[in-house]
Amino acid sequence: MKQPLSLSTLAAWAFALIWALPLLYALWAAFHPSAYATHFDPTSPLTLHNFVRAWEAAPFARYFLNTIMLVLGIMAAQFVICTLAAFGLARWKFYGADLLFALILIQLMVTPDVLILENYRTLQEMNLIDTLTGVGIPYVASAFGIFLLRQAFKTIPKELDDAARMEGASTLQTIWRVYLPLARPIYVAYGLVSVSYHWNNFLWPLIVTNSVETRPLTVGLQVFASVDQGVDWSVICAAALMTSAPLMIAFLVFQRAFIQSFLRAGIR
Amino acid sequence: MKARRNGKLNIHVQGWLLALPAIVLLATFTHIPAIKTIIDSLFATPRGTKPPPFVGLVQYQSMIADPIFWRALENNLLYALITVPLAIGFALAMALWVNGRIRGRAAVRLAFFTPTILPMVAAANIWLFFYTQDYGLLNQIGRALGFASVNWLGSPSTALPALMAVTVWKEAGFFMIFFLAALQQVPPDLYEAARMENAGRWQVFRRITWPLVMPTTLFVGINALINAFRVVDQVIAMTGGGPDNATTLLLFYIYQVAFSFWDIGYAAAISTVLLVCLAAVALAQFFLVDRKVHYR
Repeated sequence: MKQPLSLSTLAAWAFALIWALPLLYALWAAFHPSAYATHFDPTSPLTLHNFVRAWEAAPFARYFLNTIMLVLGIMAAQFVICTLAAFGLARWKFYGADLLFALILIQLMVTPDVLILENYRTLQEMNLIDTLTGVGIPYVASAFGIFLLRQAFKTIPKELDDAARMEGASTLQTIWRVYLPLARPIYVAYGLVSVSYHWNNFLWPLIVTNSVETRPLTVGLQVFASVDQGVDWSVICAAALMTSAPLMIAFLVFQRAFIQSFLRAGIR
Repeated sequence: MKARRNGKLNIHVQGWLLALPAIVLLATFTHIPAIKTIIDSLFATPRGTKPPPFVGLVQYQSMIADPIFWRALENNLLYALITVPLAIGFALAMALWVNGRIRGRAAVRLAFFTPTILPMVAAANIWLFFYTQDYGLLNQIGRALGFASVNWLGSPSTALPALMAVTVWKEAGFFMIFFLAALQQVPPDLYEAARMENAGRWQVFRRITWPLVMPTTLFVGINALINAFRVVDQVIAMTGGGPDNATTLLLFYIYQVAFSFWDIGYAAAISTVLLVCLAAVALAQFFLVDRKVHYR
């Protein structure tokens, strides 16, 4: 049974409306001709022209490709590297394991964006400036990922591990056959969080990239919006919505999975 | 016996081997750069190919004399002090609304959570339009209510609060889900008992809800605090630190000094200050939160 309309419900709706206002405003501007961007005339015609103009005015197709390669590359590398480290830390009491884990956790506080200066100089020495590898590499060994997977692996019964070993499976085979399938929900959660983080990441790619071939969407959008477009807000709003669209649509479709994932990943 | 010992030794070697790729990468991009930041802050900025001379605390002396640094630090503390409680308060209110059985709950939750998914740069550009002088929506509404048009991002007194609003708008929905999860953990018989006692709404909140979500509040608070010291995207996208450094925050100032002025020694000194701020948060978490939270 739903409650009757109460003051609290009305307040919630008012709040939700305020919260949605900037986005609704952007949607209005993006889907109407520029002349109507700040005129709220319900009879004004709908158009996709702003999206077409944005798409043609900057190499967004290339930016999309860069971002997709970047987020998938980072995710794959994180999965491999964090799984290996997390497994050892979860299952074996090896010499220095506790100290090692403490050192790893430092990265939760001292995140790569605080160290932009030194990391940029390191990339210079490695000749990785203006490459996608350079954009991704500081994030690949993620303390957060190691922590999350270690927690997940600890809950897996040791008997399953022993059974696989009895059959002669090596460590890597055991991880592959026993741990990966059982920790699947955690990988999904971590994957979603990682993809949305790096889809939205801005400062580091802004510093490291300086060509169309490597620029991800966020940097491309900023370059596009700050090169004076004669300030055509309709086109800028269209571009902003376009760059967020894949993630937004994925979110709308898999709302539950997203929220679950953020929760799983957030409880640390 | 011997084989068993071999197996044990094997574990120590294998453990380190498995962690090796992660160790190398973490050392290269977290530990060594953090230490190098502190060392570099004691040297002059390198000119040409000569190694830079050791200057001791000179960078820190010029920092103390640098009004922009103080402005950035003050702005950043203000930013943390205002956005953290606001985001937490809104997040808790949102969670309480969405957790209750109100009509149109799914739509309300969607409105609250959607900003979280947007890239900050996209959100910043949308808000730029929202804040535009004369014809931006905010000024249109203001004018309809009889206020004069305000140049939100152009005047030093409103620019920083305008950026704070974007941060709160984007973070509150994210923190909401943690409070939602916490609220769903509250045993229903507690509320049942409160109803039997005829407790008022405010009393229920003060005596039951608030203490039970306290661990979540602290967890969210620490995260919000760390985030507040890493705010930079919206500064770059919306104001560039202006007007008159009114929106310059620590990380933005580091970015400016390092990559616009190429003053590496000085940038390292400011980075060290930022590292100290984050370490302070970490220590606070360790001594304060971990003790209070684990009463479960």
